[in-house]
Amino acid sequence: MKISGAEILIESLKKEGVEVMFGYPGGVVIPIFHHIFDAPFRFILTRHEQGAVHAADGYARASGKVGVALTTSGPGATNAITGIATAHMDSVPLVVITGQVSTSMIGNDAFQEADTTGITRPITKHNYLVQDVNDLARIVKEAFYIASTGRPGPVVIDIPVDVSKGEAKFAYPDEVSLRSYKPVYKGHPVQIEKACRLIESSKRPVIYAGGGVISSNASDDLVAFVRKTGIPITTTLMGLGAYPETDRLSLKMLGMHGTFYANRAVHDSDLLIAVGARFDDRVTGNVNEFIPEAKVIHVDIDPASVSKSVQVDIPIVGDCKSVLHEMTKIVKPPQIQEWVEKILKIKEENPLTYGTAGTKIKPQMVIERIYELTKGAAIITTEVGQNQMWAAQFYQFTEPRSFISSGGLGTMGFGFPAAIGAQLARPDRRVIDIAGDGSIQMNIQELIVAVQHRLPIIIAILNNGFLGMVRQWQQLFWDKRYSHSCISFAPDFVKLAEAYGAAGIRIESRDEVDKAIKKALSIKDRPTILDFHVDREENVYPIIPAGKSVKEMITRELV
Amino acid sequence: MMHVISVKVENRFGVLARVAGLFSARGYNIDSLTVSQTEHSDISVMTIVLTGDDRIIEQVKKQLNKLIDVIKVTDLTGHASVQRELALVKVNASPAKRTEVFQIAEIFKAQIVDISLKTIALEVTGDPERIDSFIELLRPYSIKEMIRTGRVSMARD
Repeated sequence: MKISGAEILIESLKKEGVEVMFGYPGGVVIPIFHHIFDAPFRFILTRHEQGAVHAADGYARASGKVGVALTTSGPGATNAITGIATAHMDSVPLVVITGQVSTSMIGNDAFQEADTTGITRPITKHNYLVQDVNDLARIVKEAFYIASTGRPGPVVIDIPVDVSKGEAKFAYPDEVSLRSYKPVYKGHPVQIEKACRLIESSKRPVIYAGGGVISSNASDDLVAFVRKTGIPITTTLMGLGAYPETDRLSLKMLGMHGTFYANRAVHDSDLLIAVGARFDDRVTGNVNEFIPEAKVIHVDIDPASVSKSVQVDIPIVGDCKSVLHEMTKIVKPPQIQEWVEKILKIKEENPLTYGTAGTKIKPQMVIERIYELTKGAAIITTEVGQNQMWAAQFYQFTEPRSFISSGGLGTMGFGFPAAIGAQLARPDRRVIDIAGDGSIQMNIQELIVAVQHRLPIIIAILNNGFLGMVRQWQQLFWDKRYSHSCISFAPDFVKLAEAYGAAGIRIESRDEVDKAIKKALSIKDRPTILDFHVDREENVYPIIPAGKSVKEMITRELV
Repeated sequence: MMHVISVKVENRFGVLARVAGLFSARGYNIDSLTVSQTEHSDISVMTIVLTGDDRIIEQVKKQLNKLIDVIKVTDLTGHASVQRELALVKVNASPAKRTEVFQIAEIFKAQIVDISLKTIALEVTGDPERIDSFIELLRPYSIKEMIRTGRVSMARD
């Protein structure tokens, strides 16, 4: 029996076990929406396609499953671009389905036509333009496979309307065979052996773990490896939660706004063990001064990440989980007591701090109180800028998939729609978006979606009336010329929340902070905006200026 | 240093754009690129000539391998290989100069593909160095037009 392309798509998504999908309808996808109406999975109608893709992304990061989004052609697809690029930079598995004009019209500048495969080529792991309805089921199968295996990433399937309406027999392939794509999971035993010998002979080793540990579900293996070797560990922004930050060997985050002790330890190390991290410029600063004396072991599933910016001595291409497991089996603990003591002393003497003088609410204080009052059990999403860095610094992440943030692309407006996806993936957990007054306005339209689906997301706006990170750079590096970074001409966020049917609380003094957070935590049937009016010119410290090294780290306000 | 990289790809639409896009997005310069059919109708071979230090070439190869449609990447640099290129050259040659041009053509086993009162067009194949010398020898006659195909390469067994 033949069925339509739209039905084949729905059947294929069912076979993939899709539970929730995000999207927005439009002309050429009406045939698909016609059948989504009766689909057994949940469909979340966002209010903008960018929101749909970020929500699918948040869902994927919180659950470990593939996130799925559906948009129409032309503007639907171009609105999705920022979401796709965000997922691509952070290696998040997504399948984004876009409608396309009829195959006979492609290239004709038809109404709502855009060259979606052309536009998305550099920001996807792979993409497809379906030209024949008979190929559709196979392509969906391949798309899910490619998105979720190897180094994960977004895959776009562009479906012309005549393919959706065309008919074919439905046969979903059992497996995928791509001669040109065979990701390597098991690390080479000789390399693993060599790495372990190097670890055993090292005097000053440090582990540097990234998002790869989280996407390969290797946190337990990482913990076991640290337990056995006793090596101090720092994580990237993307790796937060891969290792419990409350542990004594945790050096918390490294890089531009990382802790002094993490950056010092990495700089002074004689061996850096990079696991699922990619030596991003926000981590290395000046590459030449990053690790002057260290040898490097690099475990990564993507061979192209190895020796891209930093020369690696022992590359191990493979899945973090499998490689850490193998290494833990054979490695003998190195003799590094003296080094560990030294680093832990630096850690004790240089904690992350902030000035508490005055009466104004400090943004860092808000994060600390949220941490305390949620007992560290919330899923934190962030926007981008100061709010993101303070969240990373002052919330103690102890579990993987509890910190969701746009690390690579740095997309403002990501955190809130991502929180919607995360809350749908994890109804058992409280999801809190740490936002700035700038970022939250970039996708505020999705508030109605959280209200509609009664999602108890808390949006904690650290409201300083500035695009804070831009203002901070202008203050520190651009003669305090605050060109267009002041946004104090702002909406009333409490009224805005109420207009949408959400709860809203304005907090203007320190003694109201706890009460407001507790109140928000008690509201379980709708989102709450907490509008914290914080010290306007608070800065994120420490900071290593771009392209500099730990030696030039600014640790506190220069008066 | 100059590298010749042979890339076996799935013969599908859009693959050339993926490969070309990779080079432009990462700022790598291509000296020449040819796309050719192979003995398998579903596989094409791209022969890419580019100049860069070892680190860039290594990155190029890894990034190429990352493309889903790329089946195999072989760096032919430093390996025994056969390299061939074809060039069409149109030179000014009045009847008085024709014999000289014919002589050069004969040495290079070049074919005369067109002739007019004022010009001669020649076709020559060979390894790229041979084409270079052929063109150099024709230069004094004033080259009106010249096109090279870019090289195709095959490893020797």
